[in-house]
Amino acid sequence: MADTAAGRDVTIYPLRLSAPLFAFFLVFFAAPLLILLWMSFQADPAMTHAGLNQYAAFLGDRFSLSVLAATLWLGVEVTAICLLLGYPLAWLYTRSPPWARTAIMLIVLLPLLTSVVVRTFAWIVILGRQGIVNETLLALGFIQTPLKLLYTEGGMAVAIAQVQMPLMVLPLITAITRIEPNLLDASFALGGGHWRVFRKVLLPLSLPGILAGCMLTYAAAITAFISQSLIGGGQKLFMPMYIYQQASSLQNWPFASAISIIFLAAVLVVVWIFNQLGRLSRGMAEA
Amino acid sequence: MALRHVDFDTFSFKSVMAVLSAIAIVLLIAPSLIVVIVSFTSAYSLRFPPPGFSFRWYVALSQDWQLQFAAWNSVKVALAATILSVVLGVGAALAIARSRSLAGKIADQLFMSPLVLPALAFGLASLMFFSVLGVPVSLTTLIIGHTVVIVPYVIRNTVAALTQLNTALLESSASLGASRFYTFRKITLPLIRPGILSGGFICFMSSFDNVPVSLFLRDAATDMLPIRMWQNLEGNLDVTIAAVSGVLIAFTIALMLLMERLTGFSRRLA
Repeated sequence: MADTAAGRDVTIYPLRLSAPLFAFFLVFFAAPLLILLWMSFQADPAMTHAGLNQYAAFLGDRFSLSVLAATLWLGVEVTAICLLLGYPLAWLYTRSPPWARTAIMLIVLLPLLTSVVVRTFAWIVILGRQGIVNETLLALGFIQTPLKLLYTEGGMAVAIAQVQMPLMVLPLITAITRIEPNLLDASFALGGGHWRVFRKVLLPLSLPGILAGCMLTYAAAITAFISQSLIGGGQKLFMPMYIYQQASSLQNWPFASAISIIFLAAVLVVVWIFNQLGRLSRGMAEA
Repeated sequence: MALRHVDFDTFSFKSVMAVLSAIAIVLLIAPSLIVVIVSFTSAYSLRFPPPGFSFRWYVALSQDWQLQFAAWNSVKVALAATILSVVLGVGAALAIARSRSLAGKIADQLFMSPLVLPALAFGLASLMFFSVLGVPVSLTTLIIGHTVVIVPYVIRNTVAALTQLNTALLESSASLGASRFYTFRKITLPLIRPGILSGGFICFMSSFDNVPVSLFLRDAATDMLPIRMWQNLEGNLDVTIAAVSGVLIAFTIALMLLMERLTGFSRRLA
């Protein structure tokens, strides 16, 4: 019966059109992840017997826990920078004439489409000892010897923020564009100042976009392997490099798998929190 | 309207917003610009501003067969993975776009999950999967791995195009006696083509740029450009990478402007 009903409605396509991709995902996405899970329960690299040794090793090790904490904190720093700079840019977009909108959009999209290695490399040029920041400060006489900017956490957070900024700006533009302009006009007409309208109207109504942007930026920042390794310069270890080192250099697949699972779980928890907040915020925006 | 000669509220709000967005714009443009400038340096270091102008690093690039080999592999993998993603992804997008069933929602969540999951964990998982099966890594395994992580882009863009499609067109086509396939070929497909194209374009760029999956599924015989560049940079800061970056930025801008003309790409993503 359902089949004939679906057959009549010409605007709905049958679900079986997604079967090829579904099968592809079962074999090449779900199965590998299951093997990852299985591998993480192997007690030693030779895979002689199963056990929780790898998880115990990670959770009982101060160093491993500090790597996880540093990675999650890096995500917070990057997301904060992206939001602070991305929101005004998205706001500017919605108040610009069409030609300027296209220009802003292309400016935002260019870094998104440019290779991550290229963007990271640019920051090596900018932050290096003979880079533009140091040369400018030296020329102006603010400093006598070049500052160490590369291989520092601050430099890395700014660089990753630039690399991930488009992921924040795009959802924000979508959210702010959707806000009814009359609502803002009415708020101003009722005597609301700019800051007040921003705090009481603009910000709450664009909250779904803010959360979507924060989630994408956060997820991308903590897995930014290239930027973390090149700009962080191995001074500080983050989860992606930790996984890579254990898997490739040390060939310790069970431990690498356990780190991956813990990392995956941490990301899922963050995504879940953002989704819950998103649900709350949509409720608020509609109320 | 009353003339307030100092409206501090308006002034402070607009200047804070203007300064922050100006910083954002400079931050977004400057790095690419600086890389292009530095790629024409005559020096052996990445000093900025460069002491002199030369094409020497582009000449060096034209003789660097390792980088060229890796670039060629990356193009091959990106093309194949994009085609595979479009074929599989458009079908899936049609099925889930207007589906209100639970199965449709689950499929949607599943297909989108590579976007948020750490791709590095998936890369490692793929490597173990293929090694458990006894399949050696090759361009084919790279294409498969890339397809998983890029297919969400084509699905998302196609679904967006489908939801904007006026369903009355499909209904009138059907009531005039056209078969479903005929309606799809003559009406649906031409209308959603820009969405598919821009999704495919993002797929291509992100496969070409992929690191986390390639890191595990590549070996010396299937070197990929981003990994080769990363390894060159890890060793010592190689100025040839500036020339590669210059070429990549030029290609990206050219492709982006082409897509903008073909699909109105910039309006499609917001």
